[in-house]
Amino acid sequence: MTGHSLLGAALPMVAAINWHSLFFLLFASLACGFALAVVFTTNVVRMALHLVLSLAATAGLFFLANAEFIGAMQLMIYVGGTLVLLVFGVMLTAQQPFVSIRTSARDQVLAGVAGAATLAVLLVAVLSVGRWGLPASGEVDAPTATPLGMALLGVRVDAAGGGHSGFLLPFEIVSVHLLVVLVGAAYLARAKRRRTPRPVDVLASADPPLAPRPAVAVPGGVTRGASRSALVGSGDAAGGGA
Amino acid sequence: MAALLIQLGLPDWLAWAITAGIAAALILNVIAVGALVFIWAERKIAARIQDRLGPTRTGGRFGWLQSLADGIKLLAKEDLMPEGADGLLFRLAPYVSFCASFCAFLALPFAFDVVAQRLNVGVFFVIAVLGLEVFGVILAGYASASKWSLFGAMREAAQVVSYEVPLGMCVVVPVMLAGSMDLVTIGEKQSGWATNWYLFHDPFTFVVFWVYFTCAVASVNRAPFDLAEAESELVAGFHTEYSGLRWSFFFMAEYGSMFLVSALAAILFLGGWNGPIPLATLIGLSDGAGETAHYLARLLGCVNLLGKATLGVLVMMWVRWTLPRLRIDQVMTTCLKYCTPIAAVMFAGAMLWTLAFPGGLFHGGRRPAGEVREGWLSAVDAQPSLVARSAAVVAAAGVADRAGLRSTVSAAPAADGVAVEGVGAREDGGAWGAP
Repeated sequence: MTGHSLLGAALPMVAAINWHSLFFLLFASLACGFALAVVFTTNVVRMALHLVLSLAATAGLFFLANAEFIGAMQLMIYVGGTLVLLVFGVMLTAQQPFVSIRTSARDQVLAGVAGAATLAVLLVAVLSVGRWGLPASGEVDAPTATPLGMALLGVRVDAAGGGHSGFLLPFEIVSVHLLVVLVGAAYLARAKRRRTPRPVDVLASADPPLAPRPAVAVPGGVTRGASRSALVGSGDAAGGGA
Repeated sequence: MAALLIQLGLPDWLAWAITAGIAAALILNVIAVGALVFIWAERKIAARIQDRLGPTRTGGRFGWLQSLADGIKLLAKEDLMPEGADGLLFRLAPYVSFCASFCAFLALPFAFDVVAQRLNVGVFFVIAVLGLEVFGVILAGYASASKWSLFGAMREAAQVVSYEVPLGMCVVVPVMLAGSMDLVTIGEKQSGWATNWYLFHDPFTFVVFWVYFTCAVASVNRAPFDLAEAESELVAGFHTEYSGLRWSFFFMAEYGSMFLVSALAAILFLGGWNGPIPLATLIGLSDGAGETAHYLARLLGCVNLLGKATLGVLVMMWVRWTLPRLRIDQVMTTCLKYCTPIAAVMFAGAMLWTLAFPGGLFHGGRRPAGEVREGWLSAVDAQPSLVARSAAVVAAAGVADRAGLRSTVSAAPAADGVAVEGVGAREDGGAWGAP
């Protein structure tokens, strides 16, 4: 009996819930909670993990707003990019002295000032919005990446009247910029050529002549190579993703 | 489905919850049952390639219950954790891997419009989420407090991050040909005979398919790219310290990802749910023929896609038990010096080919351009307030047509209901958000 009456009471309540708001609150609190966890954790790897979760919850917010392309981008670029951070964390904490990182008081003050300034700007922006709520159905743009891609190629589907140019020039500038970054990363991470010492240098140095370096140790060498390649690869991923 | 339940008189939220639950359960079963079957298949294939018999006794003939016996053994195993391990991360890692694999299935269509959540950027979503699987591996390697695990995890990180580049380039080619990132649209554009598959679209796509398959094998960490768990050097790599159910989660994630990249290959290059011979159309199971025909055609599509994906997984096993493992420098060379340049050149080639031969290599049986359309174009048609915009779309489509984006705004035939269903789903999706 009580079960029935409970169910009877619960059904309208469940039906009355605004699910959109509920999921928004869920994702928003997850994002904020893990963001705080990033600040208050001292272990680098856990920090990176919390950052991943916070960014993933933000991607959830994007999906909730029907911005699927931005959501997938968030997953690809930000969450995927944090991977490199995580790798760094693992590399650092594999040795004992860096297991926990503490910030000095001066850094905390600086971070607080920067954070407060950003918050102030954001608050002003938020308060200046006239109306919060779901847009009317006619206002919703077509939920697709195709108009976005065409706008990047210079064709604005959403502005029929003209007067709006596409984004071809910024797109080209950004892509050339990424190419430069890619080349730079490849240059920095290239295999160093072993230079044979000139006789003058050998004579000038009082130290014993340069002994050939020992061959790469088996496991450590492999890891070093792997981590270095991981960094090169991350540069590639950023270029490819964009 | 949800619309059907709402018609039956259920409240909106319950209908949506039931629909979501069914979809989630089905996907979970695809992964779990798939893993059971594939592990058995892997044992048998490995045995045959090595001139052995493999499991023969469990469950009678062919040892077909072997995976189930394995599962029971894993359940009964003690759950161990090394002393120096980071407990939270150690316990979390298998679930991270599994969740990434599972989430990617959400956007994967199994037949025309048989998809848990039809996303407009389906391909992109799948690739993005699949790349997150490596987080679980790195966390496992770090949290295990073991050298072998750490080495395995670092190798995996290097490998996966590198192989995302050529993989993304290969995936872009079918996206360019279809003019959409929607997996349903991409699959449906290849309907008809096998000559319509993007594999046979031009010589460049034919090469791209093999590059994609290589990169896919590497990105799901299978031999000959299985450096993260190289058992001859690293004991068992990143899962050295795992046992029991946690260990099996890693394996379900691995087999789930194998199936996923194979299914993605099927949709992108092998016609998806369209068989080599358009059987459904030939025997009259078109969408105009009523409800039963509609569902039968979908079922046939599912069988087609699952068959192709399974074939892909079997090829991966064949490769695993045939080729020796590469060294890490060879893995990187394969990626950066071979796969990436080849993929880039093939991408440019496919683009030029589309410009030179807009009709494709084989003209017979190709679907007319206006028939398969993205949802947003019909949304433009449907809403009178957007008519002004549709004029711009016509102009834009004219430009885009040259780039292989063959979506025109002719009068919607919509015989197969592509456009209608796409928009309908979108409107329903908005409904549960309304207060």
